[in-house]
Amino acid sequence: MKRAVFSNPWLPILILTPQLAIIAVFFYWPAGFAIHSSFYLQDPFGFGSTFVGMTNYTDLATSSEYVRVAWFTLIYTALVTFFSLAIALLLAVKADNVLRGAKTYRTLLMWVYAVAPPVAGLMGLMLFDQGTGPITQLFAQFGWEFKLGVNYWDTATAMVIVAVWKQVPVNFIFFLSGLQSIPKSVREAALIDNRSASGRFWDVIFPLLAPTAFFLLIINITYALFDTFGVIDTLVQGEPGNNPMTLVYKVFVDGFRGNDLGGSSAQSVVLMLLVLLLTVFQFRLMERRIHYT
Amino acid sequence: MKSLKIATAAAALSIGFSGAAFAQTEITWWHAMGGQLGESLNQIAENFNASQDDFVVTPVFRGTYEETLTAGIAAFRAGEQPNIIQVFDAGAATVIAAQGAVVPVEQLMAEFGGGFDIEDYISGVRFFYADSDGTMIGMPFNSSTPVLYYNADALAEAGVEAPSTWEEFQDVTGPALREAGYIPLAQSHLPWIFTENFFSRHNLQFATNNNGYDGLDTEILVNHPAIKAHFEAVVSWQEDELFEWYGTGWGDNQQPFENGEVAMWLGSSASFGGLMQNVDFEFSATMLPYWETVTTEPTQTFIGGAALFAMSGKSDEENAATAAFFEFLASAQAQYDWHAATGYVPITSAAYDMAKADGHYDRFPAAEVAIDQLSLPAGEFTRGYRMGFYVQIRDVMNREYGRILTGESDVDSAFETIEEEANRLLARFAQTQG
Repeated sequence: MKRAVFSNPWLPILILTPQLAIIAVFFYWPAGFAIHSSFYLQDPFGFGSTFVGMTNYTDLATSSEYVRVAWFTLIYTALVTFFSLAIALLLAVKADNVLRGAKTYRTLLMWVYAVAPPVAGLMGLMLFDQGTGPITQLFAQFGWEFKLGVNYWDTATAMVIVAVWKQVPVNFIFFLSGLQSIPKSVREAALIDNRSASGRFWDVIFPLLAPTAFFLLIINITYALFDTFGVIDTLVQGEPGNNPMTLVYKVFVDGFRGNDLGGSSAQSVVLMLLVLLLTVFQFRLMERRIHYT
Repeated sequence: MKSLKIATAAAALSIGFSGAAFAQTEITWWHAMGGQLGESLNQIAENFNASQDDFVVTPVFRGTYEETLTAGIAAFRAGEQPNIIQVFDAGAATVIAAQGAVVPVEQLMAEFGGGFDIEDYISGVRFFYADSDGTMIGMPFNSSTPVLYYNADALAEAGVEAPSTWEEFQDVTGPALREAGYIPLAQSHLPWIFTENFFSRHNLQFATNNNGYDGLDTEILVNHPAIKAHFEAVVSWQEDELFEWYGTGWGDNQQPFENGEVAMWLGSSASFGGLMQNVDFEFSATMLPYWETVTTEPTQTFIGGAALFAMSGKSDEENAATAAFFEFLASAQAQYDWHAATGYVPITSAAYDMAKADGHYDRFPAAEVAIDQLSLPAGEFTRGYRMGFYVQIRDVMNREYGRILTGESDVDSAFETIEEEANRLLARFAQTQG
């Protein structure tokens, strides 16, 4: 195989400069600023500030509410990731088997992808409305008095359902293309060895889907952690009260609602570390064991 | 060629326009009034602009109160602040503590306007946005106070009058309304109505340092037996189907009253304008009930809503324009128009007298309740409160009250949590000013 090599070593750096500049200005600079702010307590208008060392961090660690939000975020991320992947995989396998009208079917399943998270949240707000929501009325049929915005776990349920609904199409697209790239010869060979469809799926198809599934796992974890902000904001109507929220939403609530810049910055730094860990996990631990074909 | 001609013509036109507008000083006004209130506010700005030729004020809607304050802070740090910003009650401490962020309205009016006399303002609005010496920092603009609205048809059906005390509600009004098939009571803002104004109505101290006005090392005194007894009562009302809670959202609690399911609703005096439009039954209002077991001499509530602050760092010309606008805003006619359209109370005695002389309260007796309530005898602790990071403190209250009302927490531990977390926030705020 022929390797392309730049004759001038400065050329690649020159070509990379715009990209590096963007990363520096829009990521490293604000990140550095957040780390700096996290060691201070400062007047929102910028008149006074006190260096407080690690106080913002120790305050977080000793805040029972922060710990509660962190636990919720963990459970929420696990549920959203699991259901988004599981439902999408099921739909993709079924869609893969469809021969007639396949295109229409697939398009319909992908459609939801185009809905913006706040719009999805607003739809959730209407569907789960305490008085008039159709889903609330459906639950009432089964004797479940669903109260969005009043009951902690009811609001959490609505958040998970809306977030999953919004994410399934993305996963569906990836799983479907993953399934369709599995060579026909492999499937036929498997058919001779094993007559059970589910057996063939778990022994042959699923391992071949593993690279896609792992990639989606990481994507879905970051989605549940960070991108569900719009869904949560609309479902709690900007004012969480006794309703659940995720760590990212708490950064917003404390920083942008409450103007506590130091505390909010410390929370941002904690999240940055979390992303760092996730990235290390992705590159170091898993990439070695998953074989992309 | 044709496009060039059009461009030339457009340029000539724009020069013509800017020439005409050259002498005018333009100022911006960031506010948080959406919907019907926003339209009334734009009308005020239009009236001001039409009333003279020297100044033009441009109102800009910036979202909720919290969003407006945050946008104003960000703009101030970038040196792009508006001339006037509307800041709500809970955000007042943030703005006032930041010495130099705003020009006190008294100073602004003395320097650039026709002077300032605090005696012109009705007593209930004088102190909330003032410093500890009583110097007014913010111009009270949309001043509201919590009142009890009631469905007159429902009360007639049940054969009761609106209650003046919580004992009366608990023993007479509530049960009668329940028998008549209504949910007797709902409310829309637990920290504002059942906490801050609960303390004021009963003249109880809400925080050390004179409710926080006299210093930053303030501690909240929310963990008080009277308010805990009140919340115990609210929980028992909820169990006895005398009270229903629909979550933290304001509108979620107002809706069932407008639908006629809930017979009485504690809201803002400024809800009046909206109710007039949305409700098809006869409704009226009465003062916020009090506990006779706590006090036999109930005191006034204080104003909620928001005030207008003149941001610093502006030229003398622009400050003069701001002062002229504030003067217009405080004029009796402007106040009366705003009061009549929205239900916010008039802030000057002159405007109140004008509304009375015009027969406004004969037509809408409910519109006067808030002013009467703000004009009740004052007490030592009825001027308001001044606490930093108060938006977060309110969030803590909302969270813990929600837990009480959904059975996740009991009253004692909820109030302990509020006290502890609020004091921690207050201590943090004191450090931001270091």
